[in-house]
Amino acid sequence: MNQRNLLRKYRPLLDQLVLRDLKVKYRRSILGYLWSLLNPLLMMCVMTLVFSYVFRSSVENYPVYVIIGQTFWNFFFESTNMAMSSILNNGALIRKVYIPKLIFPISRVASSFVTMIFSLAAILIVMIFTGVQFTPALLMLPFALLCLFLFCLGIGIALSALAVYFRDMMHLYGVLTTAWMYFTPIFWTVDILPANVLPLIQLNPLLHYISYFRSLVLEGTVPPFSEHVICLALSLIVLAGGIALFRRTQKNFILYI
Amino acid sequence: MEPIIQCENITMRFNLSKERVETIKEYFVRLMTGKLHFDAFEALRNVSLTIEKGEAVALIGANGCGKSTLLKIISGIYTPTLGKLTVNGSIAPLIELGAGFDMDLTARENIFLNGAVLGYDKPFMQSHFDEIMDFAELWDFIDVPVKNFSSGMIARLGFAIATIVRADILIVDEILAVGDIAFQRKCHQRMADMLKSGTTLILVSHNMEDVQRLCQKVVWLQDGQVRQIGPTAEICPLYIEAMNAKGESA
Repeated sequence: MNQRNLLRKYRPLLDQLVLRDLKVKYRRSILGYLWSLLNPLLMMCVMTLVFSYVFRSSVENYPVYVIIGQTFWNFFFESTNMAMSSILNNGALIRKVYIPKLIFPISRVASSFVTMIFSLAAILIVMIFTGVQFTPALLMLPFALLCLFLFCLGIGIALSALAVYFRDMMHLYGVLTTAWMYFTPIFWTVDILPANVLPLIQLNPLLHYISYFRSLVLEGTVPPFSEHVICLALSLIVLAGGIALFRRTQKNFILYI
Repeated sequence: MEPIIQCENITMRFNLSKERVETIKEYFVRLMTGKLHFDAFEALRNVSLTIEKGEAVALIGANGCGKSTLLKIISGIYTPTLGKLTVNGSIAPLIELGAGFDMDLTARENIFLNGAVLGYDKPFMQSHFDEIMDFAELWDFIDVPVKNFSSGMIARLGFAIATIVRADILIVDEILAVGDIAFQRKCHQRMADMLKSGTTLILVSHNMEDVQRLCQKVVWLQDGQVRQIGPTAEICPLYIEAMNAKGESA
């Protein structure tokens, strides 16, 4: 079966899997989906209380600064983490029915993405509360979201394949992401770093996505064209790499799950 | 007429790893230098068989002879190590009933999820929803999470979903053992109906009565190889005799 037919046949499954993740996530919690909104707001309050004193001088609107970093980071963390275990968790199914296996990491990243879209409402609330100017630059927001989505998808797909062969990834990744989180300007600002570290920091794709978003919201300006190229290129390279790794290894998944 | 399933010299080899590869680095070094050593275990060796459209075929043999492995290869779950497989049609796999269920979701939600697993969209499942529930006789439990179901209830729901579509090939792996007699009879009736309408059936069973009633052709597997292929009336007595002899000598 060729790629397009496969996509058409299993599109309903993708929808169902995303729907299932969303349903199961808040099942039996009283506030349900409201948590997608409340969680970032409460986290922002905590972060602002703790850090705004330290970084007060450099950022004018610290609550918005921190909630943007927080939202993007959380999406990255949640989606890649869930995607990593997606093949292993669906092992029972993979052993019994033929399904294109790529669908599992994709559905996990997609369901996290939907949750993040809810969280954007939280950012909106904070923006209104702190009196941020709404500018046409905000129309470029989908571009930032798309790049971030593709990037997380690539990482998630690669991790899901690696985790099948090396369960250790699941434990290792927790440590890696903690390091990565401190390496990403979520609550700190880039200008506190010494100049010689700056080129190194530029290697972090998440920094580009988060800075892009912040520039749209806080400064009301669309970043230069070169920044678009960098963002998109980073996403596409990671995605292509992830899919290539997955394709090469998926034939033998069944022997390891 | 073109055969619906054709297996040519299929070999399935499982690698039982001989030495532990502890780290990712070590694994890649070994992969690159071609030094990954394994104990090969061949679950199937040089299996060739042809199944024509509309035939009902039973796979029989002792435990561990490779019946389920062959079913999984035909379903596309395993990729054979060697050999070629050609399948000309859609497959409804009943390898384990309820494999696609999410235990936290209700029966209603699972019908759509499991339908999607088999590749059917929501409108299609919607239009067959009542038929599925009627067959499974589970209307009283429609909004109950499946984790609270008994194994018989899960099997009923799974069978109802998997057979709702007239797939070209129906693959059944020893699933009819669960469920009460009335439901088993209903399942047999539905399988017989499907056969009549031209569906090809591949059945794995240890119950010779089922095999004789449903299938015309039998493939007898032994230690991963085809021992005999032939009409049910001819092979079944031979197989039963061999099994009895084995039982007596043990």
